[in-house]
Amino acid sequence: MSVLAASFDWFPLLLSLKVAAVATLLALVAGTALGWLFARVSFPGSSVLEAALMLPLVLPPTVIGYGILVALGRRSAVGGWLREHFDYTIIFSWHGAVVASALVALPLVLKSASAAFAGVDRTMEAAARTLRQSPWSVFVRVTLPLAWPGILAGTLLAYARAMGEFGASLMVAGSIPHQTQTLSMAIYDAVQAGQNDTALVLVIVTSVISIAVLVASNRYFSLR
Amino acid sequence: MHAPVAALRRTLLAALLALPLAALAQQLTVSAAASLTDAFKEIGQMFEAGKPGTTVRFNFAASGVLVQQIAQGAPVDVFASADQATMNRGIEQKLIDADTRRDFAANSVVLIVPAQGGLDLKAVGDLARPEVRRIAIGKLDTVPVGRYTKQVLDSARAVSALEPKFVQADSVRQVLDYVARGEVEAGFVYRTDAALMADKVKVALTATGHTPVTYPVAVIGESRHKALAKDFIAYLQTPAAQAVLERFGFTKP
Repeated sequence: MSVLAASFDWFPLLLSLKVAAVATLLALVAGTALGWLFARVSFPGSSVLEAALMLPLVLPPTVIGYGILVALGRRSAVGGWLREHFDYTIIFSWHGAVVASALVALPLVLKSASAAFAGVDRTMEAAARTLRQSPWSVFVRVTLPLAWPGILAGTLLAYARAMGEFGASLMVAGSIPHQTQTLSMAIYDAVQAGQNDTALVLVIVTSVISIAVLVASNRYFSLR
Repeated sequence: MHAPVAALRRTLLAALLALPLAALAQQLTVSAAASLTDAFKEIGQMFEAGKPGTTVRFNFAASGVLVQQIAQGAPVDVFASADQATMNRGIEQKLIDADTRRDFAANSVVLIVPAQGGLDLKAVGDLARPEVRRIAIGKLDTVPVGRYTKQVLDSARAVSALEPKFVQADSVRQVLDYVARGEVEAGFVYRTDAALMADKVKVALTATGHTPVTYPVAVIGESRHKALAKDFIAYLQTPAAQAVLERFGFTKP
Protein backbone atom coordinates (compact mmCIF):
# COMPACT_ATOMS: atom_id res chain seq x y z
CA MET A 1 0.00 0.00 0.00
CA SER A 2 2.49 2.55 -1.19
CA VAL A 3 -0.35 5.05 -1.58
CA LEU A 4 -0.42 5.45 2.19
CA ALA A 5 3.01 7.06 2.02
CA ALA A 6 3.48 10.63 3.16
CA SER A 7 2.99 11.87 -0.39
CA PHE A 8 -0.63 10.72 -0.44
CA ASP A 9 -2.92 13.58 -1.29
CA TRP A 10 -5.29 14.35 1.58
CA PHE A 11 -6.53 17.61 0.09
CA PRO A 12 -9.78 16.17 -1.34
CA LEU A 13 -10.72 14.74 2.06
CA LEU A 14 -10.07 18.01 3.89
CA LEU A 15 -11.98 19.94 1.25
CA SER A 16 -14.94 17.57 1.47
CA LEU A 17 -15.06 17.92 5.25
CA LYS A 18 -14.93 21.71 4.91
CA VAL A 19 -17.58 21.85 2.20
CA ALA A 20 -19.89 19.44 4.02
CA ALA A 21 -19.50 21.30 7.33
CA VAL A 22 -20.28 24.74 5.87
CA ALA A 23 -23.11 23.36 3.73
CA THR A 24 -24.64 21.54 6.71
CA LEU A 25 -24.45 24.68 8.83
CA LEU A 26 -26.22 26.69 6.12
CA ALA A 27 -28.82 23.96 5.69
CA LEU A 28 -29.32 23.77 9.47
CA VAL A 29 -29.97 27.48 9.89
CA ALA A 30 -32.13 27.88 6.78
CA GLY A 31 -33.88 24.55 7.28
CA THR A 32 -34.77 25.27 10.91
CA ALA A 33 -36.10 28.73 10.10
CA LEU A 34 -38.13 27.49 7.12
CA GLY A 35 -39.29 24.39 9.04
CA TRP A 36 -40.65 26.60 11.79
CA LEU A 37 -42.28 28.86 9.23
CA PHE A 38 -44.08 26.02 7.45
CA ALA A 39 -45.12 24.34 10.72
CA ARG A 40 -46.45 27.46 12.44
CA VAL A 41 -47.44 30.05 9.88
CA SER A 42 -49.86 29.35 7.13
CA PHE A 43 -49.79 31.78 4.24
CA PRO A 44 -51.11 31.56 0.68
CA GLY A 45 -48.94 29.25 -1.39
CA SER A 46 -47.05 27.88 1.60
CA SER A 47 -47.59 24.27 0.62
CA VAL A 48 -46.47 24.93 -2.95
CA LEU A 49 -43.36 26.72 -1.69
CA GLU A 50 -42.59 23.87 0.70
CA ALA A 51 -42.94 21.35 -2.12
CA ALA A 52 -40.71 23.48 -4.37
CA LEU A 53 -38.00 23.50 -1.69
CA MET A 54 -38.13 19.69 -1.67
CA LEU A 55 -37.25 19.62 -5.38
CA PRO A 56 -33.46 19.28 -4.88
CA LEU A 57 -34.15 15.91 -3.26
CA VAL A 58 -36.29 14.76 -6.16
CA LEU A 59 -34.40 16.10 -9.17
CA PRO A 60 -31.14 14.52 -10.36
CA PRO A 61 -28.07 16.36 -9.01
CA THR A 62 -26.99 17.31 -12.54
CA VAL A 63 -30.22 19.28 -12.92
CA ILE A 64 -29.41 21.17 -9.73
CA GLY A 65 -25.90 21.77 -11.04
CA TYR A 66 -27.21 23.04 -14.34
CA GLY A 67 -29.70 25.25 -12.50
CA ILE A 68 -26.96 26.84 -10.42
CA LEU A 69 -24.82 27.30 -13.54
CA VAL A 70 -27.69 29.11 -15.24
CA ALA A 71 -28.73 31.11 -12.17
CA LEU A 72 -25.30 32.14 -10.87
CA GLY A 73 -23.01 31.84 -13.92
CA ARG A 74 -21.31 34.80 -15.56
CA ARG A 75 -24.11 35.34 -18.05
CA SER A 76 -26.76 35.47 -15.31
CA ALA A 77 -27.91 38.67 -13.61
CA VAL A 78 -26.54 37.72 -10.18
CA GLY A 79 -23.30 36.23 -11.50
CA GLY A 80 -22.68 39.17 -13.81
CA TRP A 81 -23.27 41.66 -11.01
CA LEU A 82 -20.93 39.86 -8.60
CA ARG A 83 -18.25 39.71 -11.25
CA GLU A 84 -18.57 43.34 -12.18
CA HIS A 85 -18.60 44.76 -8.65
CA PHE A 86 -16.54 42.30 -6.66
CA ASP A 87 -14.60 40.50 -9.38
CA TYR A 88 -15.97 37.32 -7.84
CA THR A 89 -17.40 34.26 -9.49
CA ILE A 90 -18.86 31.30 -7.68
CA ILE A 91 -18.31 28.92 -10.58
CA PHE A 92 -15.10 26.87 -10.27
CA SER A 93 -14.57 27.89 -6.65
CA TRP A 94 -15.23 25.70 -3.61
CA HIS A 95 -18.05 28.08 -2.67
CA GLY A 96 -19.92 26.65 -5.64
CA ALA A 97 -19.66 23.19 -4.13
CA VAL A 98 -21.00 24.59 -0.84
CA VAL A 99 -24.02 26.14 -2.58
CA ALA A 100 -24.72 22.90 -4.42
CA SER A 101 -24.34 20.74 -1.31
CA ALA A 102 -26.40 23.08 0.88
CA LEU A 103 -29.19 23.12 -1.68
CA VAL A 104 -29.47 19.33 -1.91
CA ALA A 105 -29.13 18.97 1.88
CA LEU A 106 -31.70 21.64 2.76
CA PRO A 107 -34.85 19.51 2.21
CA LEU A 108 -33.60 16.93 4.71
CA VAL A 109 -33.33 19.50 7.53
CA LEU A 110 -36.42 21.38 6.44
CA LYS A 111 -38.72 18.37 6.44
CA SER A 112 -37.45 16.98 9.75
CA ALA A 113 -37.58 20.39 11.43
CA SER A 114 -41.05 21.14 10.16
CA ALA A 115 -42.34 17.80 11.50
CA ALA A 116 -40.53 18.35 14.80
CA PHE A 117 -41.99 21.86 15.29
CA ALA A 118 -45.45 20.60 14.43
CA GLY A 119 -45.11 17.98 17.15
CA VAL A 120 -44.16 20.43 19.92
CA ASP A 121 -46.82 20.69 22.62
CA ARG A 122 -48.22 24.24 22.30
CA THR A 123 -49.37 24.28 25.94
CA MET A 124 -45.71 24.20 27.03
CA GLU A 125 -45.10 27.40 25.06
CA ALA A 126 -48.23 28.95 26.53
CA ALA A 127 -47.02 28.07 30.03
CA ALA A 128 -43.66 29.70 29.32
CA ARG A 129 -45.40 32.85 28.13
CA THR A 130 -47.37 33.08 31.40
CA LEU A 131 -43.96 33.16 33.10
CA ARG A 132 -43.27 36.41 31.23
CA GLN A 133 -40.83 34.94 28.75
CA SER A 134 -40.34 36.91 25.54
CA PRO A 135 -41.29 35.17 22.26
CA TRP A 136 -37.61 34.69 21.42
CA SER A 137 -36.92 33.28 24.86
CA VAL A 138 -39.87 30.88 24.50
CA PHE A 139 -38.46 29.72 21.18
CA VAL A 140 -34.91 29.22 22.45
CA ARG A 141 -35.78 27.74 25.86
CA VAL A 142 -38.89 25.70 25.10
CA THR A 143 -39.70 25.15 21.42
CA LEU A 144 -36.20 24.52 20.11
CA PRO A 145 -35.16 22.02 22.82
CA LEU A 146 -38.40 20.07 22.32
CA ALA A 147 -37.94 19.99 18.54
CA TRP A 148 -34.19 19.38 18.72
CA PRO A 149 -34.09 15.58 18.28
CA GLY A 150 -35.98 15.89 15.00
CA ILE A 151 -33.83 18.75 13.78
CA LEU A 152 -30.67 16.87 14.74
CA ALA A 153 -31.77 13.78 12.84
CA GLY A 154 -32.36 15.91 9.75
CA THR A 155 -29.02 17.65 10.17
CA LEU A 156 -27.11 14.38 10.32
CA LEU A 157 -28.86 13.25 7.15
CA ALA A 158 -27.96 16.59 5.57
CA TYR A 159 -24.31 16.17 6.54
CA ALA A 160 -24.25 12.68 5.07
CA ARG A 161 -25.83 13.95 1.86
CA ALA A 162 -23.44 16.90 1.62
CA MET A 163 -20.41 14.68 2.18
CA GLY A 164 -21.40 12.47 -0.74
CA GLU A 165 -22.44 15.27 -3.10
CA PHE A 166 -21.04 14.74 -6.56
CA GLY A 167 -23.14 15.56 -9.60
CA ALA A 168 -24.17 19.12 -8.83
CA SER A 169 -20.78 20.10 -7.36
CA LEU A 170 -18.94 18.70 -10.36
CA MET A 171 -20.89 20.90 -12.76
CA VAL A 172 -20.63 24.04 -10.66
CA ALA A 173 -17.18 23.77 -9.12
CA GLY A 174 -15.42 21.60 -11.69
CA SER A 175 -12.90 19.06 -10.50
CA ILE A 176 -9.79 21.21 -10.17
CA PRO A 177 -7.06 19.40 -8.23
CA HIS A 178 -6.13 21.27 -5.03
CA GLN A 179 -8.86 23.82 -5.54
CA THR A 180 -12.29 22.28 -5.96
CA GLN A 181 -11.67 18.54 -6.25
CA THR A 182 -13.72 17.01 -3.43
CA LEU A 183 -13.44 13.45 -2.20
CA SER A 184 -16.17 12.05 -4.42
CA MET A 185 -14.62 13.74 -7.46
CA ALA A 186 -11.16 12.44 -6.53
CA ILE A 187 -12.57 8.91 -6.32
CA TYR A 188 -14.31 9.32 -9.68
CA ASP A 189 -11.13 10.65 -11.31
CA ALA A 190 -9.01 7.88 -9.79
CA VAL A 191 -11.34 5.19 -11.11
CA GLN A 192 -11.38 6.79 -14.55
CA ALA A 193 -7.60 6.92 -14.68
CA GLY A 194 -7.39 3.29 -13.56
CA GLN A 195 -5.78 4.16 -10.17
CA ASN A 196 -7.78 1.60 -8.26
CA ASP A 197 -5.51 1.64 -5.17
CA THR A 198 -6.00 5.36 -4.67
CA ALA A 199 -9.73 5.03 -5.18
CA LEU A 200 -9.98 2.19 -2.67
CA VAL A 201 -8.04 4.06 0.02
CA LEU A 202 -10.19 7.14 -0.47
CA VAL A 203 -13.39 5.06 -0.25
CA ILE A 204 -12.27 3.38 2.99
CA VAL A 205 -11.17 6.68 4.53
CA THR A 206 -14.45 8.38 3.61
CA SER A 207 -16.49 5.54 5.04
CA VAL A 208 -14.59 5.46 8.33
CA ILE A 209 -14.69 9.21 8.80
CA SER A 210 -18.36 9.48 7.90
CA ILE A 211 -19.31 6.74 10.36
CA ALA A 212 -17.19 8.37 13.07
CA VAL A 213 -18.72 11.80 12.53
CA LEU A 214 -22.27 10.45 12.51
CA VAL A 215 -21.79 8.34 15.63
CA ALA A 216 -19.99 11.08 17.51
CA SER A 217 -22.46 13.83 16.72
CA ASN A 218 -25.40 11.58 17.53
CA ARG A 219 -23.97 10.88 21.00
CA TYR A 220 -22.78 14.39 21.70
CA PHE A 221 -25.86 16.30 20.64
CA SER A 222 -28.64 14.03 21.85
CA LEU A 223 -27.27 13.71 25.39
CA ARG A 224 -27.45 17.43 26.01
CA MET B 1 -63.09 -22.80 -15.78
CA HIS B 2 -62.45 -23.16 -19.52
CA ALA B 3 -62.25 -19.54 -20.45
CA PRO B 4 -59.01 -18.74 -18.53
CA VAL B 5 -57.33 -21.84 -19.95
CA ALA B 6 -58.28 -20.82 -23.45
CA ALA B 7 -57.00 -17.33 -22.82
CA LEU B 8 -53.74 -18.74 -21.54
CA ARG B 9 -53.43 -20.93 -24.61
CA ARG B 10 -54.01 -17.96 -26.88
CA THR B 11 -51.34 -15.98 -25.02
CA LEU B 12 -48.87 -18.83 -25.32
CA LEU B 13 -49.59 -19.20 -29.00
CA ALA B 14 -49.13 -15.48 -29.56
CA ALA B 15 -45.87 -15.58 -27.65
CA LEU B 16 -44.60 -18.48 -29.75
CA LEU B 17 -45.54 -16.71 -32.96
CA ALA B 18 -43.72 -13.60 -31.82
CA LEU B 19 -40.46 -15.43 -31.17
CA PRO B 20 -39.08 -15.44 -34.72
CA LEU B 21 -39.86 -11.74 -34.97
CA ALA B 22 -37.90 -11.06 -31.78
CA ALA B 23 -34.99 -13.04 -33.18
CA LEU B 24 -35.02 -10.96 -36.37
CA ALA B 25 -35.02 -7.65 -34.52
CA GLN B 26 -31.38 -7.03 -33.68
CA GLN B 27 -30.05 -4.35 -31.47
CA LEU B 28 -26.57 -2.96 -32.02
CA THR B 29 -24.96 -1.01 -29.20
CA VAL B 30 -22.34 1.50 -30.27
CA SER B 31 -20.13 3.27 -27.72
CA ALA B 32 -18.77 6.36 -29.41
CA ALA B 33 -16.59 9.32 -28.47
CA ALA B 34 -18.54 12.42 -27.39
CA SER B 35 -17.29 14.43 -30.38
CA LEU B 36 -19.06 12.00 -32.74
CA THR B 37 -22.50 12.52 -31.14
CA ASP B 38 -24.30 14.46 -33.85
CA ALA B 39 -22.78 12.79 -36.89
CA PHE B 40 -23.33 9.29 -35.50
CA LYS B 41 -26.96 9.94 -34.60
CA GLU B 42 -27.61 10.73 -38.24
CA ILE B 43 -25.56 7.84 -39.57
CA GLY B 44 -27.33 5.51 -37.15
CA GLN B 45 -30.71 6.45 -38.58
CA MET B 46 -29.48 5.89 -42.12
CA PHE B 47 -28.04 2.51 -41.14
CA GLU B 48 -31.32 1.50 -39.49
CA ALA B 49 -33.27 2.54 -42.56
CA GLY B 50 -31.12 0.26 -44.71
CA LYS B 51 -31.63 -2.74 -42.41
CA PRO B 52 -35.27 -3.08 -41.31
CA GLY B 53 -35.62 -4.67 -37.87
CA THR B 54 -32.28 -3.34 -36.69
CA THR B 55 -32.01 -0.70 -34.02
CA VAL B 56 -28.79 1.11 -33.20
CA ARG B 57 -28.31 2.21 -29.62
CA PHE B 58 -25.64 4.85 -28.94
CA ASN B 59 -23.70 5.46 -25.79
CA PHE B 60 -21.74 8.72 -26.02
CA ALA B 61 -19.06 9.69 -23.52
CA ALA B 62 -15.35 10.42 -23.34
CA SER B 63 -13.43 7.53 -24.90
CA GLY B 64 -11.62 6.71 -21.63
CA VAL B 65 -14.93 6.24 -19.83
CA LEU B 66 -16.23 4.05 -22.64
CA VAL B 67 -13.23 1.71 -22.40
CA GLN B 68 -13.74 1.43 -18.63
CA GLN B 69 -17.40 0.50 -19.19
CA ILE B 70 -16.42 -2.15 -21.73
CA ALA B 71 -13.74 -3.51 -19.38
CA GLN B 72 -16.44 -3.84 -16.69
CA GLY B 73 -18.55 -5.93 -19.06
CA ALA B 74 -20.94 -3.40 -20.55
CA PRO B 75 -22.84 -5.08 -23.42
CA VAL B 76 -21.30 -3.11 -26.28
CA ASP B 77 -20.83 -4.23 -29.91
CA VAL B 78 -18.88 -1.41 -31.54
CA PHE B 79 -16.40 1.06 -30.06
CA ALA B 80 -15.47 4.29 -31.86
CA SER B 81 -12.69 6.21 -30.13
CA ALA B 82 -11.47 9.77 -30.57
CA ASP B 83 -7.84 8.74 -30.36
CA GLN B 84 -5.59 5.80 -31.13
CA ALA B 85 -4.18 5.63 -27.58
CA THR B 86 -7.53 4.77 -26.05
CA MET B 87 -8.20 2.15 -28.72
CA ASN B 88 -4.72 0.69 -28.05
CA ARG B 89 -5.62 0.47 -24.37
CA GLY B 90 -8.72 -1.51 -25.25
CA ILE B 91 -6.69 -3.87 -27.43
CA GLU B 92 -4.03 -4.33 -24.72
CA GLN B 93 -6.79 -5.33 -22.32
CA LYS B 94 -8.01 -7.83 -24.93
CA LEU B 95 -11.44 -6.20 -25.09
CA ILE B 96 -11.39 -5.52 -28.80
CA ASP B 97 -11.12 -7.54 -32.01
CA ALA B 98 -7.91 -5.99 -33.34
CA ASP B 99 -8.52 -7.30 -36.90
CA THR B 100 -11.69 -5.24 -37.25
CA ARG B 101 -9.99 -1.94 -36.44
CA ARG B 102 -10.36 0.81 -39.08
CA ASP B 103 -9.75 4.55 -39.16
CA PHE B 104 -12.85 6.28 -40.46
CA ALA B 105 -12.45 10.02 -39.79
CA ALA B 106 -10.01 12.75 -38.87
CA ASN B 107 -10.34 16.02 -36.98
CA SER B 108 -8.23 18.88 -35.67
CA VAL B 109 -7.83 20.59 -32.31
CA VAL B 110 -8.64 24.29 -31.97
CA LEU B 111 -8.45 26.88 -29.23
CA ILE B 112 -11.82 28.57 -28.74
CA VAL B 113 -12.95 31.68 -26.85
CA PRO B 114 -16.48 32.94 -26.13
CA ALA B 115 -17.90 34.65 -29.23
CA GLN B 116 -19.19 37.50 -27.14
CA GLY B 117 -16.43 39.45 -25.44
CA GLY B 118 -13.83 36.75 -25.99
CA LEU B 119 -10.17 37.64 -25.75
CA ASP B 120 -7.98 37.98 -28.82
CA LEU B 121 -5.55 35.07 -28.50
CA LYS B 122 -3.02 34.68 -31.29
CA ALA B 123 -0.73 31.99 -29.91
CA VAL B 124 -0.82 29.30 -27.27
CA GLY B 125 1.61 31.45 -25.28
CA ASP B 126 -1.09 34.15 -24.95
CA LEU B 127 -2.88 31.84 -22.53
CA ALA B 128 -0.31 32.91 -19.94
CA ARG B 129 -1.76 36.45 -19.97
CA PRO B 130 -3.40 37.40 -16.66
CA GLU B 131 -6.80 38.09 -18.31
CA VAL B 132 -7.00 34.38 -19.02
CA ARG B 133 -8.05 33.05 -15.66
CA ARG B 134 -9.50 29.69 -16.49
CA ILE B 135 -8.83 27.33 -19.39
CA ALA B 136 -11.18 24.40 -19.93
CA ILE B 137 -9.52 21.26 -21.21
CA GLY B 138 -10.38 17.59 -21.36
CA LYS B 139 -8.91 15.59 -18.49
CA LEU B 140 -5.25 15.19 -19.38
CA ASP B 141 -5.02 11.47 -18.62
CA THR B 142 -8.35 10.02 -19.68
CA VAL B 143 -10.09 12.26 -22.21
CA PRO B 144 -8.65 12.13 -25.75
CA VAL B 145 -8.97 15.85 -26.40
CA GLY B 146 -7.11 16.33 -23.12
CA ARG B 147 -4.29 14.12 -24.30
CA TYR B 148 -3.99 16.05 -27.57
CA THR B 149 -4.13 19.30 -25.60
CA LYS B 150 -1.27 18.12 -23.42
CA GLN B 151 0.81 17.46 -26.54
CA VAL B 152 0.00 20.93 -27.84
CA LEU B 153 0.97 22.60 -24.56
CA ASP B 154 4.04 20.40 -24.17
CA SER B 155 5.36 21.42 -27.55
CA ALA B 156 4.74 25.05 -26.62
CA ARG B 157 6.39 24.36 -23.23
CA ALA B 158 3.39 25.86 -21.47
CA VAL B 159 1.98 23.09 -19.27
CA SER B 160 3.49 23.99 -15.90
CA ALA B 161 2.85 27.72 -16.31
CA LEU B 162 -0.80 27.21 -17.25
CA GLU B 163 -1.64 24.33 -14.93
CA PRO B 164 -3.21 26.45 -12.15
CA LYS B 165 -5.72 27.75 -14.71
CA PHE B 166 -6.94 24.37 -15.90
CA VAL B 167 -10.51 23.21 -15.41
CA GLN B 168 -10.41 19.56 -16.44
CA ALA B 169 -13.72 18.47 -17.91
CA ASP B 170 -15.12 14.99 -18.40
CA SER B 171 -15.65 15.28 -22.12
CA VAL B 172 -15.02 17.62 -25.00
CA ARG B 173 -18.68 18.68 -24.94
CA GLN B 174 -18.34 19.94 -21.41
CA VAL B 175 -15.34 22.04 -22.42
CA LEU B 176 -17.44 23.48 -25.22
CA ASP B 177 -20.30 24.25 -22.81
CA TYR B 178 -18.05 26.05 -20.30
CA VAL B 179 -16.60 28.27 -23.06
CA ALA B 180 -20.03 28.92 -24.60
CA ARG B 181 -21.34 30.06 -21.20
CA GLY B 182 -18.33 32.31 -20.74
CA GLU B 183 -17.37 30.57 -17.49
CA VAL B 184 -13.83 30.15 -18.81
CA GLU B 185 -11.80 32.46 -21.08
CA ALA B 186 -10.62 29.70 -23.40
CA GLY B 187 -10.77 25.99 -24.09
CA PHE B 188 -9.37 23.31 -26.37
CA VAL B 189 -11.93 21.36 -28.42
CA TYR B 190 -12.16 19.69 -31.82
CA ARG B 191 -12.95 21.84 -34.83
CA THR B 192 -16.18 19.88 -35.30
CA ASP B 193 -17.40 20.81 -31.81
CA ALA B 194 -16.58 24.47 -32.30
CA ALA B 195 -18.62 24.41 -35.53
CA LEU B 196 -21.70 23.21 -33.63
CA MET B 197 -21.79 26.36 -31.52
CA ALA B 198 -20.51 28.84 -34.06
CA ASP B 199 -22.85 31.49 -32.61
CA LYS B 200 -21.47 31.15 -29.07
CA VAL B 201 -17.78 30.39 -29.52
CA LYS B 202 -15.14 31.48 -31.99
CA VAL B 203 -11.98 29.72 -33.07
CA ALA B 204 -8.90 31.67 -31.98
CA LEU B 205 -6.35 29.35 -33.54
CA THR B 206 -5.77 25.85 -34.83
CA ALA B 207 -3.46 23.96 -32.52
CA THR B 208 -0.27 22.35 -33.74
CA GLY B 209 2.24 19.97 -32.23
CA HIS B 210 -0.04 17.03 -31.55
CA THR B 211 -0.30 13.64 -33.22
CA PRO B 212 -2.95 13.56 -35.97
CA VAL B 213 -6.50 13.25 -34.62
CA THR B 214 -7.81 10.11 -36.27
CA TYR B 215 -10.85 8.12 -35.16
CA PRO B 216 -10.54 4.34 -35.04
CA VAL B 217 -13.52 2.00 -34.79
CA ALA B 218 -13.57 -1.73 -33.97
CA VAL B 219 -15.80 -4.64 -32.95
CA ILE B 220 -15.85 -5.62 -29.27
CA GLY B 221 -14.51 -9.12 -28.59
CA GLU B 222 -17.52 -10.19 -26.57
CA SER B 223 -20.09 -8.76 -28.97
CA ARG B 224 -23.01 -11.09 -29.70
CA HIS B 225 -23.80 -9.32 -32.98
CA LYS B 226 -20.42 -9.46 -34.68
CA ALA B 227 -21.73 -9.68 -38.24
CA LEU B 228 -23.97 -6.67 -37.71
CA ALA B 229 -21.14 -4.82 -35.97
CA LYS B 230 -18.87 -5.41 -38.98
CA ASP B 231 -21.65 -4.18 -41.28
CA PHE B 232 -21.84 -0.97 -39.26
CA ILE B 233 -18.08 -0.43 -39.49
CA ALA B 234 -18.20 -1.08 -43.25
CA TYR B 235 -21.10 1.36 -43.51
CA LEU B 236 -18.97 4.11 -41.96
CA GLN B 237 -16.67 3.90 -45.02
CA THR B 238 -19.50 4.31 -47.53
CA PRO B 239 -19.83 7.63 -49.42
CA ALA B 240 -23.20 8.28 -47.71
CA ALA B 241 -21.76 8.01 -44.21
CA GLN B 242 -18.59 9.87 -45.17
CA ALA B 243 -20.73 12.70 -46.54
CA VAL B 244 -22.46 13.07 -43.17
CA LEU B 245 -19.12 13.10 -41.36
CA GLU B 246 -17.83 15.69 -43.78
CA ARG B 247 -20.88 17.87 -43.23
CA PHE B 248 -20.12 17.92 -39.50
CA GLY B 249 -16.55 19.02 -40.23
CA PHE B 250 -14.65 15.73 -40.10
CA THR B 251 -12.09 14.98 -42.78
CA LYS B 252 -10.95 11.70 -44.30
CA PRO B 253 -8.31 9.87 -42.25
